[in-house]
Amino acid sequence: MAILSFADLVNECTKQNKSIYEIAQEQESILLEDTIDVVRLRVLEDLLAMKEAVKNGLHSTEKSISGWCGDDCVKLPQRFNKKGALFGKTFEKIITYALATAEENLRMGRIAACPTAGSCGIVPSVIIAVSEEEKILEAEQINGLLTAGFIGLLISNKVQLAGAVAGCQAECGVASAMAAGALCQMLGGNTSQIIQASSLALKNILGLTCDPVCGLVEVPCIKRNPFLAVHAVTAAELALCGVESKIPMDEIVDTLKITGQLMSPLLKETSLGGLAKTKTAQELEKKLFNKKV
Amino acid sequence: MEQKSLFSVISPIMVGPSSSHTAGAVRLGLMARNIYNHEFTKVKFVLYNSFATTGFGHGTDKGLLAGVLGYSVDDSGIKNIFDTVSGVDYSYEYREDISRHPNSVDIIFDDKMTICGDSVGAGEIRINNINGFTANIDGSYHSLILMYKDRPGMISKVSDIIQKQDINIASLHCDRSSKGGTASMYLALDIPVGEDVVEKVRQIKDVFFVTNVRKLK
Repeated sequence: MAILSFADLVNECTKQNKSIYEIAQEQESILLEDTIDVVRLRVLEDLLAMKEAVKNGLHSTEKSISGWCGDDCVKLPQRFNKKGALFGKTFEKIITYALATAEENLRMGRIAACPTAGSCGIVPSVIIAVSEEEKILEAEQINGLLTAGFIGLLISNKVQLAGAVAGCQAECGVASAMAAGALCQMLGGNTSQIIQASSLALKNILGLTCDPVCGLVEVPCIKRNPFLAVHAVTAAELALCGVESKIPMDEIVDTLKITGQLMSPLLKETSLGGLAKTKTAQELEKKLFNKKV
Repeated sequence: MEQKSLFSVISPIMVGPSSSHTAGAVRLGLMARNIYNHEFTKVKFVLYNSFATTGFGHGTDKGLLAGVLGYSVDDSGIKNIFDTVSGVDYSYEYREDISRHPNSVDIIFDDKMTICGDSVGAGEIRINNINGFTANIDGSYHSLILMYKDRPGMISKVSDIIQKQDINIASLHCDRSSKGGTASMYLALDIPVGEDVVEKVRQIKDVFFVTNVRKLK
Protein backbone atom coordinates (compact mmCIF):
# COMPACT_ATOMS: atom_id res chain seq x y z
CA MET A 1 0.00 0.00 0.00
CA ALA A 2 1.32 3.43 -0.92
CA ILE A 3 1.96 5.61 2.13
CA LEU A 4 0.91 9.17 1.33
CA SER A 5 0.15 10.65 4.75
CA PHE A 6 1.48 10.52 8.29
CA ALA A 7 -1.74 8.73 9.33
CA ASP A 8 -0.96 6.04 6.71
CA LEU A 9 2.58 5.83 8.06
CA VAL A 10 1.47 5.27 11.67
CA ASN A 11 -1.01 2.59 10.53
CA GLU A 12 1.61 0.83 8.46
CA CYS A 13 4.23 0.94 11.24
CA THR A 14 1.71 -0.48 13.73
CA LYS A 15 0.38 -3.14 11.35
CA GLN A 16 3.82 -4.39 10.35
CA ASN A 17 5.43 -3.69 13.74
CA LYS A 18 8.20 -1.74 12.02
CA SER A 19 10.03 1.54 12.49
CA ILE A 20 9.66 4.46 10.08
CA TYR A 21 13.15 3.87 8.68
CA GLU A 22 12.34 0.21 7.94
CA ILE A 23 9.21 1.20 6.03
CA ALA A 24 11.23 3.93 4.26
CA GLN A 25 14.04 1.64 3.10
CA GLU A 26 11.60 -1.03 1.94
CA GLN A 27 9.50 1.41 -0.06
CA GLU A 28 12.65 2.94 -1.57
CA SER A 29 14.05 -0.46 -2.50
CA ILE A 30 10.84 -1.28 -4.40
CA LEU A 31 10.84 2.11 -6.13
CA LEU A 32 14.52 1.91 -7.18
CA GLU A 33 14.21 -1.80 -8.01
CA ASP A 34 17.25 -2.49 -5.88
CA THR A 35 18.10 -4.12 -2.55
CA ILE A 36 17.74 -2.51 0.88
CA ASP A 37 21.53 -2.70 1.22
CA VAL A 38 21.94 -0.57 -1.90
CA VAL A 39 19.42 1.96 -0.58
CA ARG A 40 21.33 2.19 2.72
CA LEU A 41 24.59 2.56 0.84
CA ARG A 42 23.17 5.54 -1.04
CA VAL A 43 22.04 7.08 2.24
CA LEU A 44 25.55 6.52 3.57
CA GLU A 45 26.94 8.40 0.55
CA ASP A 46 24.77 11.36 1.53
CA LEU A 47 25.86 11.08 5.15
CA LEU A 48 29.53 11.02 4.17
CA ALA A 49 29.06 14.04 1.88
CA MET A 50 27.44 15.85 4.83
CA LYS A 51 30.37 15.02 7.12
CA GLU A 52 32.84 16.13 4.47
CA ALA A 53 31.00 19.45 4.09
CA VAL A 54 31.17 20.06 7.85
CA LYS A 55 34.88 19.21 7.87
CA ASN A 56 35.62 21.54 4.96
CA GLY A 57 33.45 24.34 6.32
CA LEU A 58 34.87 24.31 9.86
CA HIS A 59 38.18 25.99 9.08
CA SER A 60 37.48 27.93 5.91
CA THR A 61 37.13 31.71 5.88
CA GLU A 62 36.72 31.95 2.13
CA LYS A 63 34.01 34.47 1.31
CA SER A 64 31.01 33.98 -0.94
CA ILE A 65 30.99 35.46 -4.45
CA SER A 66 29.21 38.55 -3.11
CA GLY A 67 31.89 38.93 -0.44
CA TRP A 68 29.32 39.31 2.36
CA CYS A 69 29.53 36.00 4.19
CA GLY A 70 31.77 33.04 4.88
CA ASP A 71 33.89 34.00 7.89
CA ASP A 72 31.50 33.46 10.80
CA CYS A 73 31.90 29.75 11.55
CA VAL A 74 35.54 30.07 12.64
CA LYS A 75 34.49 32.58 15.31
CA LEU A 76 32.57 29.96 17.28
CA PRO A 77 35.36 27.63 18.43
CA GLN A 78 37.46 30.68 19.30
CA ARG A 79 35.05 31.42 22.13
CA PHE A 80 33.85 27.91 22.93
CA ASN A 81 37.43 26.69 23.42
CA LYS A 82 37.84 29.31 26.16
CA LYS A 83 34.35 29.35 27.58
CA GLY A 84 31.92 26.58 26.79
CA ALA A 85 28.39 27.35 25.65
CA LEU A 86 25.67 27.51 28.27
CA PHE A 87 23.91 24.44 26.84
CA GLY A 88 27.04 22.32 26.58
CA LYS A 89 29.18 20.60 23.98
CA THR A 90 26.36 19.14 21.85
CA PHE A 91 24.79 22.56 21.47
CA GLU A 92 28.17 24.08 20.51
CA LYS A 93 28.67 21.43 17.87
CA ILE A 94 25.16 21.72 16.43
CA ILE A 95 25.34 25.46 15.80
CA THR A 96 28.95 25.24 14.60
CA TYR A 97 28.27 22.39 12.15
CA ALA A 98 25.10 24.04 10.84
CA LEU A 99 27.01 27.23 10.13
CA ALA A 100 29.97 25.32 8.66
CA THR A 101 27.72 23.52 6.17
CA ALA A 102 25.71 26.60 5.21
CA GLU A 103 28.91 28.60 4.65
CA GLU A 104 30.44 25.77 2.64
CA ASN A 105 27.35 25.90 0.42
CA LEU A 106 27.62 29.62 -0.31
CA ARG A 107 31.28 29.36 -1.34
CA MET A 108 30.34 26.75 -3.94
CA GLY A 109 31.54 23.86 -1.78
CA ARG A 110 30.14 20.32 -2.07
CA ILE A 111 27.05 19.71 0.08
CA ALA A 112 23.97 17.47 0.15
CA ALA A 113 20.73 19.39 -0.44
CA CYS A 114 18.50 18.39 2.48
CA PRO A 115 15.82 19.18 1.47
CA THR A 116 17.31 22.21 -0.34
CA ALA A 117 20.76 23.76 -0.69
CA GLY A 118 19.73 26.82 1.33
CA SER A 119 18.69 24.62 4.26
CA CYS A 120 21.53 22.11 3.88
CA GLY A 121 23.03 22.65 7.36
CA ILE A 122 20.10 21.70 9.56
CA VAL A 123 19.68 17.91 9.28
CA PRO A 124 23.43 17.14 9.05
CA SER A 125 24.41 19.31 12.04
CA VAL A 126 21.90 17.61 14.33
CA ILE A 127 22.72 14.06 13.18
CA ILE A 128 26.50 14.51 13.20
CA ALA A 129 26.85 16.54 16.42
CA VAL A 130 24.58 14.30 18.47
CA SER A 131 26.18 11.12 17.07
CA GLU A 132 29.64 12.34 18.06
CA GLU A 133 28.63 13.32 21.56
CA GLU A 134 26.34 10.35 22.23
CA LYS A 135 28.55 7.79 20.43
CA ILE A 136 25.78 6.79 18.03
CA LEU A 137 26.84 4.16 15.49
CA GLU A 138 26.86 4.78 11.73
CA ALA A 139 23.99 2.33 11.13
CA GLU A 140 21.83 4.30 13.56
CA GLN A 141 22.82 7.56 11.82
CA ILE A 142 21.64 6.04 8.54
CA ASN A 143 18.36 5.10 10.26
CA GLY A 144 18.08 8.72 11.38
CA LEU A 145 18.67 10.09 7.90
CA LEU A 146 16.20 7.61 6.41
CA THR A 147 13.62 8.77 8.96
CA ALA A 148 14.32 12.43 8.11
CA GLY A 149 14.08 11.68 4.40
CA PHE A 150 10.76 9.88 4.70
CA ILE A 151 9.26 12.71 6.77
CA GLY A 152 10.41 15.22 4.13
CA LEU A 153 9.07 13.00 1.37
CA LEU A 154 5.59 12.80 2.92
CA ILE A 155 5.53 16.60 3.34
CA SER A 156 6.74 17.11 -0.24
CA ASN A 157 3.86 14.94 -1.52
CA LYS A 158 1.60 17.82 -0.51
CA VAL A 159 3.81 20.91 -0.72
CA GLN A 160 6.68 21.64 -3.07
CA LEU A 161 9.70 22.25 -0.86
CA ALA A 162 10.70 25.58 -2.36
CA GLY A 163 10.83 29.10 -0.95
CA ALA A 164 9.27 30.39 -4.16
CA VAL A 165 6.22 28.19 -3.54
CA ALA A 166 5.65 28.34 0.22
CA GLY A 167 8.36 30.49 1.80
CA CYS A 168 11.17 29.46 4.11
CA GLN A 169 8.77 27.41 6.27
CA ALA A 170 8.91 24.89 3.39
CA GLU A 171 12.73 24.87 3.30
CA CYS A 172 14.36 25.52 6.70
CA GLY A 173 11.07 24.75 8.47
CA VAL A 174 10.74 21.35 6.83
CA ALA A 175 14.46 20.67 7.35
CA SER A 176 13.90 21.30 11.05
CA ALA A 177 10.94 18.90 11.13
CA MET A 178 13.11 16.29 9.37
CA ALA A 179 15.98 16.83 11.82
CA ALA A 180 13.63 16.55 14.82
CA GLY A 181 12.39 13.18 13.53
CA ALA A 182 15.94 11.96 12.86
CA LEU A 183 17.08 12.95 16.33
CA CYS A 184 14.11 11.29 17.98
CA GLN A 185 14.85 8.08 16.05
CA MET A 186 18.54 8.12 17.03
CA LEU A 187 17.70 8.71 20.71
CA GLY A 188 15.35 5.72 20.80
CA GLY A 189 11.99 7.41 20.32
CA ASN A 190 9.05 5.36 19.07
CA THR A 191 7.04 6.04 15.89
CA SER A 192 4.55 8.27 17.65
CA GLN A 193 7.27 10.32 19.35
CA ILE A 194 9.16 10.72 16.06
CA ILE A 195 6.09 12.11 14.30
CA GLN A 196 5.29 14.29 17.33
CA ALA A 197 8.80 15.72 17.22
CA SER A 198 8.33 16.64 13.53
CA SER A 199 4.87 18.05 14.25
CA LEU A 200 6.14 20.26 17.06
CA ALA A 201 9.05 21.54 14.97
CA LEU A 202 6.94 22.32 11.89
CA LYS A 203 3.99 23.77 13.83
CA ASN A 204 6.23 26.26 15.57
CA ILE A 205 7.83 27.61 12.42
CA LEU A 206 4.72 28.09 10.26
CA GLY A 207 4.65 31.41 8.42
CA LEU A 208 8.39 31.84 7.98
CA THR A 209 8.94 33.91 4.84
CA CYS A 210 11.64 33.73 2.18
CA ASP A 211 13.12 37.21 1.66
CA PRO A 212 16.75 36.76 0.59
CA VAL A 213 18.76 39.94 0.11
CA CYS A 214 19.55 40.37 -3.61
CA GLY A 215 18.08 36.93 -4.24
CA LEU A 216 21.23 35.23 -2.95
CA VAL A 217 21.26 32.20 -0.63
CA GLU A 218 23.12 34.22 2.00
CA VAL A 219 21.15 36.75 4.06
CA PRO A 220 19.22 35.54 6.06
CA CYS A 221 19.56 31.92 4.86
CA ILE A 222 22.96 31.04 6.33
CA LYS A 223 22.32 31.96 9.94
CA ARG A 224 18.84 30.51 9.77
CA ASN A 225 20.50 27.07 9.63
CA PRO A 226 21.90 27.04 13.21
CA PHE A 227 18.66 28.55 14.54
CA LEU A 228 16.44 25.93 12.96
CA ALA A 229 18.82 23.12 13.95
CA VAL A 230 18.42 24.06 17.61
CA HIS A 231 14.67 24.40 17.06
CA ALA A 232 14.68 20.72 16.00
CA VAL A 233 16.37 19.69 19.24
CA THR A 234 13.72 21.49 21.33
CA ALA A 235 11.02 19.63 19.40
CA ALA A 236 12.71 16.23 19.83
CA GLU A 237 13.30 16.72 23.55
CA LEU A 238 9.67 17.74 24.13
CA ALA A 239 8.40 14.77 22.14
CA LEU A 240 10.66 12.34 24.03
CA CYS A 241 9.20 13.75 27.28
CA GLY A 242 5.78 12.81 25.98
CA VAL A 243 4.60 16.28 24.94
CA GLU A 244 2.20 16.02 22.00
CA SER A 245 0.95 18.47 19.40
CA LYS A 246 -2.80 18.95 19.70
CA ILE A 247 -2.97 19.35 15.90
CA PRO A 248 -1.97 16.16 14.03
CA MET A 249 0.95 16.23 11.58
CA ASP A 250 -1.18 15.83 8.43
CA GLU A 251 -3.20 18.91 9.36
CA ILE A 252 -0.02 20.85 10.12
CA VAL A 253 1.27 19.95 6.66
CA ASP A 254 -2.02 21.13 5.12
CA THR A 255 -1.61 24.36 7.10
CA LEU A 256 1.93 24.73 5.79
CA LYS A 257 0.56 24.54 2.26
CA ILE A 258 -2.33 26.94 2.85
CA THR A 259 -0.11 29.40 4.71
CA GLY A 260 2.24 29.27 1.71
CA GLN A 261 -0.65 30.09 -0.61
CA LEU A 262 -1.77 32.98 1.62
CA MET A 263 1.76 34.36 1.81
CA SER A 264 2.31 37.42 -0.38
CA PRO A 265 4.44 36.72 -3.47
CA LEU A 266 6.63 39.58 -2.23
CA LEU A 267 7.76 37.24 0.55
CA LYS A 268 8.37 34.12 -1.56
CA GLU A 269 11.91 34.25 -2.93
CA THR A 270 11.25 37.26 -5.15
CA SER A 271 13.39 39.61 -3.02
CA LEU A 272 10.69 42.25 -3.42
CA GLY A 273 9.72 42.41 0.25
CA GLY A 274 10.84 41.70 3.81
CA LEU A 275 14.53 41.89 4.68
CA ALA A 276 15.37 42.20 0.97
CA LYS A 277 13.67 45.61 0.87
CA THR A 278 15.34 47.11 3.93
CA LYS A 279 17.52 50.19 3.56
CA THR A 280 20.67 48.18 4.25
CA ALA A 281 19.68 45.46 1.78
CA GLN A 282 19.16 48.03 -0.94
CA GLU A 283 22.58 49.56 -0.23
CA LEU A 284 24.15 46.09 -0.41
CA GLU A 285 22.36 45.54 -3.70
CA LYS A 286 23.80 48.72 -5.19
CA LYS A 287 27.32 47.71 -4.13
CA LEU A 288 26.88 44.19 -5.51
CA PHE A 289 25.78 45.39 -8.92
CA ASN A 290 28.64 47.88 -9.07
CA LYS A 291 30.97 44.99 -8.32
CA LYS A 292 29.42 42.88 -11.07
CA VAL A 293 29.97 45.63 -13.68
CA MET B 1 0.30 10.41 -8.36
CA GLU B 2 3.74 9.18 -9.34
CA GLN B 3 5.66 7.97 -6.32
CA LYS B 4 8.73 10.05 -5.54
CA SER B 5 12.04 8.86 -4.19
CA LEU B 6 13.24 9.70 -0.71
CA PHE B 7 16.48 10.79 -2.34
CA SER B 8 14.63 13.72 -3.93
CA VAL B 9 14.51 15.08 -0.36
CA ILE B 10 17.98 14.20 1.05
CA SER B 11 19.97 14.68 -2.19
CA PRO B 12 21.46 15.66 -4.57
CA ILE B 13 25.04 15.96 -3.48
CA MET B 14 26.00 19.14 -5.30
CA VAL B 15 28.16 22.22 -5.14
CA GLY B 16 26.26 25.17 -3.73
CA PRO B 17 24.79 27.60 -3.27
CA SER B 18 21.48 27.04 -5.06
CA SER B 19 19.74 23.96 -6.42
CA SER B 20 17.94 25.97 -9.10
CA HIS B 21 20.69 28.48 -9.95
CA THR B 22 23.77 26.25 -9.57
CA ALA B 23 22.85 22.53 -9.81
CA GLY B 24 20.08 23.33 -12.31
CA ALA B 25 22.55 25.34 -14.39
CA VAL B 26 25.05 22.46 -14.48
CA ARG B 27 22.29 20.03 -15.51
CA LEU B 28 21.08 22.36 -18.28
CA GLY B 29 24.66 22.51 -19.55
CA LEU B 30 25.03 18.72 -19.36
CA MET B 31 21.76 18.14 -21.18
CA ALA B 32 22.68 20.64 -23.91
CA ARG B 33 26.07 18.94 -24.28
CA ASN B 34 24.34 15.56 -24.67
CA ILE B 35 21.96 16.95 -27.27
CA TYR B 36 24.61 18.72 -29.35
CA ASN B 37 26.83 15.65 -29.05
CA HIS B 38 29.76 17.16 -30.99
CA GLU B 39 33.13 18.58 -30.09
CA PHE B 40 32.83 22.36 -29.96
CA THR B 41 35.18 25.32 -29.80
CA LYS B 42 32.69 28.07 -29.11
CA VAL B 43 29.73 28.31 -26.78
CA LYS B 44 27.55 31.27 -25.90
CA PHE B 45 25.08 31.48 -23.02
CA VAL B 46 22.18 33.92 -23.04
CA LEU B 47 20.82 34.20 -19.49
CA TYR B 48 17.33 35.52 -18.83
CA ASN B 49 15.54 37.15 -15.90
CA SER B 50 16.54 35.76 -12.48
CA PHE B 51 19.39 33.78 -14.09
CA ALA B 52 20.65 37.11 -15.47
CA THR B 53 20.17 39.22 -12.34
CA THR B 54 21.14 36.85 -9.50
CA GLY B 55 23.10 34.26 -11.48
CA PHE B 56 26.35 36.06 -10.77
CA GLY B 57 26.08 35.54 -7.01
CA HIS B 58 24.98 31.92 -7.45
CA GLY B 59 27.71 30.82 -9.84
CA THR B 60 25.13 30.19 -12.59
CA ASP B 61 27.70 31.28 -15.20
CA LYS B 62 30.23 28.77 -13.87
CA GLY B 63 27.61 26.02 -13.59
CA LEU B 64 26.47 26.37 -17.20
CA LEU B 65 30.02 26.28 -18.52
CA ALA B 66 30.88 23.30 -16.30
CA GLY B 67 27.82 21.45 -17.59
CA VAL B 68 28.64 21.85 -21.29
CA LEU B 69 32.17 20.66 -20.47
CA GLY B 70 30.77 17.52 -18.83
CA TYR B 71 31.27 18.23 -15.12
CA SER B 72 28.83 16.60 -12.72
CA VAL B 73 26.80 18.71 -10.26
CA ASP B 74 29.01 17.76 -7.30
CA ASP B 75 32.39 18.47 -8.92
CA SER B 76 34.46 20.71 -6.64
CA GLY B 77 36.26 21.99 -9.74
CA ILE B 78 33.23 24.05 -10.77
CA LYS B 79 34.20 26.87 -8.43
CA ASN B 80 37.49 27.48 -10.24
CA ILE B 81 36.38 26.59 -13.74
CA PHE B 82 37.26 30.00 -15.20
CA ASP B 83 40.88 29.39 -14.16
CA THR B 84 41.10 25.87 -15.56
CA VAL B 85 39.12 25.92 -18.81
CA SER B 86 41.07 26.08 -22.07
CA GLY B 87 40.43 25.59 -25.75
CA VAL B 88 36.82 26.82 -25.58
CA ASP B 89 35.71 30.31 -26.48
CA TYR B 90 32.85 31.03 -24.08
CA SER B 91 30.74 34.14 -23.61
CA TYR B 92 27.67 35.34 -21.73
CA GLU B 93 24.86 37.70 -22.51
CA TYR B 94 22.23 38.92 -20.05
CA ARG B 95 18.65 39.74 -21.02
CA GLU B 96 15.24 40.40 -19.57
CA ASP B 97 12.23 38.78 -21.24
CA ILE B 98 9.04 38.30 -19.24
CA SER B 99 7.72 35.78 -21.76
CA ARG B 100 10.50 33.44 -20.59
CA HIS B 101 10.69 31.40 -17.38
CA PRO B 102 12.45 33.24 -14.48
CA ASN B 103 15.44 30.87 -14.70
CA SER B 104 16.01 30.52 -18.39
CA VAL B 105 18.99 30.16 -20.75
CA ASP B 106 19.85 29.76 -24.44
CA ILE B 107 22.98 27.71 -25.08
CA ILE B 108 24.49 28.23 -28.52
CA PHE B 109 27.17 25.82 -29.79
CA ASP B 110 29.56 26.92 -32.57
CA ASP B 111 26.82 29.27 -33.93
CA LYS B 112 25.19 26.05 -35.21
CA MET B 113 22.76 24.85 -32.58
CA THR B 114 20.67 26.82 -30.08
CA ILE B 115 19.24 24.91 -27.12
CA CYS B 116 16.81 26.71 -24.80
CA GLY B 117 15.99 25.48 -21.34
CA ASP B 118 14.66 26.39 -17.90
CA SER B 119 15.73 25.48 -14.39
CA VAL B 120 12.36 24.69 -12.86
CA GLY B 121 13.32 24.17 -9.20
CA ALA B 122 15.18 21.74 -6.93
CA GLY B 123 17.77 21.14 -9.66
CA GLU B 124 15.14 19.89 -12.11
CA ILE B 125 15.39 21.19 -15.67
CA ARG B 126 13.46 21.31 -18.91
CA ILE B 127 14.77 21.77 -22.45
CA ASN B 128 11.95 23.42 -24.38
CA ASN B 129 13.43 24.41 -27.71
CA ILE B 130 16.14 23.12 -30.02
CA ASN B 131 17.01 25.24 -33.07
CA GLY B 132 13.55 26.78 -33.05
CA PHE B 133 11.65 23.52 -32.63
CA THR B 134 9.61 22.98 -29.48
CA ALA B 135 10.80 20.22 -27.18
CA ASN B 136 9.94 18.94 -23.72
CA ILE B 137 12.96 17.14 -22.32
CA ASP B 138 13.57 16.88 -18.57
CA GLY B 139 16.46 14.43 -18.66
CA SER B 140 14.55 11.67 -16.90
CA TYR B 141 14.47 9.42 -20.01
CA HIS B 142 16.97 8.10 -22.49
CA SER B 143 15.92 9.70 -25.71
CA LEU B 144 16.41 10.01 -29.42
CA ILE B 145 16.13 13.40 -31.06
CA LEU B 146 16.03 13.86 -34.82
CA MET B 147 15.49 16.56 -37.40
CA TYR B 148 14.33 15.84 -40.93
CA LYS B 149 12.36 17.06 -43.90
CA ASP B 150 8.66 16.75 -43.08
CA ARG B 151 6.95 14.03 -45.12
CA PRO B 152 4.43 11.24 -44.51
CA GLY B 153 5.60 8.01 -42.85
CA MET B 154 8.56 9.33 -40.87
CA ILE B 155 7.13 8.43 -37.45
CA SER B 156 6.39 4.87 -38.50
CA LYS B 157 9.85 4.43 -40.07
CA VAL B 158 11.56 5.52 -36.87
CA SER B 159 9.26 3.65 -34.50
CA ASP B 160 9.65 0.52 -36.62
CA ILE B 161 13.43 0.56 -36.12
CA ILE B 162 13.02 1.03 -32.36
CA GLN B 163 10.27 -1.56 -32.05
CA LYS B 164 12.53 -4.16 -33.71
CA GLN B 165 14.89 -3.70 -30.73
CA ASP B 166 11.98 -4.47 -28.40
CA ILE B 167 12.35 -1.05 -26.78
CA ASN B 168 9.30 0.69 -25.34
CA ILE B 169 8.62 4.30 -26.39
CA ALA B 170 7.44 6.19 -23.27
CA SER B 171 6.46 9.36 -25.13
CA LEU B 172 6.73 10.95 -28.57
CA HIS B 173 6.76 14.63 -29.52
CA CYS B 174 6.91 16.11 -33.04
CA ASP B 175 7.05 19.64 -34.38
CA ARG B 176 7.60 21.19 -37.82
CA SER B 177 8.26 24.58 -39.38
CA SER B 178 5.65 24.05 -42.12
CA LYS B 179 4.13 21.26 -44.18
CA GLY B 180 7.02 19.73 -46.09
CA GLY B 181 9.46 21.97 -44.19
CA THR B 182 11.93 21.09 -41.47
CA ALA B 183 10.58 18.90 -38.69
CA SER B 184 11.77 17.53 -35.35
CA MET B 185 10.97 14.35 -33.45
CA TYR B 186 11.69 13.51 -29.84
CA LEU B 187 11.29 9.98 -28.47
CA ALA B 188 11.56 9.16 -24.76
CA LEU B 189 12.67 5.54 -24.28
CA ASP B 190 12.58 3.14 -21.35
CA ILE B 191 16.05 1.82 -22.17
CA PRO B 192 18.76 3.47 -24.28
CA VAL B 193 19.27 2.50 -27.93
CA GLY B 194 22.67 1.52 -29.28
CA GLU B 195 24.72 3.33 -31.91
CA ASP B 196 23.58 0.78 -34.53
CA VAL B 197 20.01 2.02 -34.09
CA VAL B 198 21.11 5.64 -34.34
CA GLU B 199 22.93 4.77 -37.56
CA LYS B 200 19.81 3.10 -39.01
CA VAL B 201 17.71 6.15 -38.18
CA ARG B 202 20.36 8.40 -39.69
CA GLN B 203 20.13 6.46 -42.96
CA ILE B 204 16.42 7.12 -43.35
CA LYS B 205 15.98 9.40 -46.37
CA ASP B 206 15.64 13.11 -45.47
CA VAL B 207 16.90 12.73 -41.87
CA PHE B 208 19.70 15.27 -41.42
CA PHE B 209 20.32 15.18 -37.68
CA VAL B 210 20.09 12.44 -35.05
CA THR B 211 21.31 12.45 -31.50
CA ASN B 212 21.14 9.78 -28.83
CA VAL B 213 20.73 11.39 -25.43
CA ARG B 214 21.36 9.54 -22.18
CA LYS B 215 19.18 10.48 -19.24
CA LEU B 216 20.72 12.70 -16.57
CA LYS B 217 21.76 11.20 -13.25
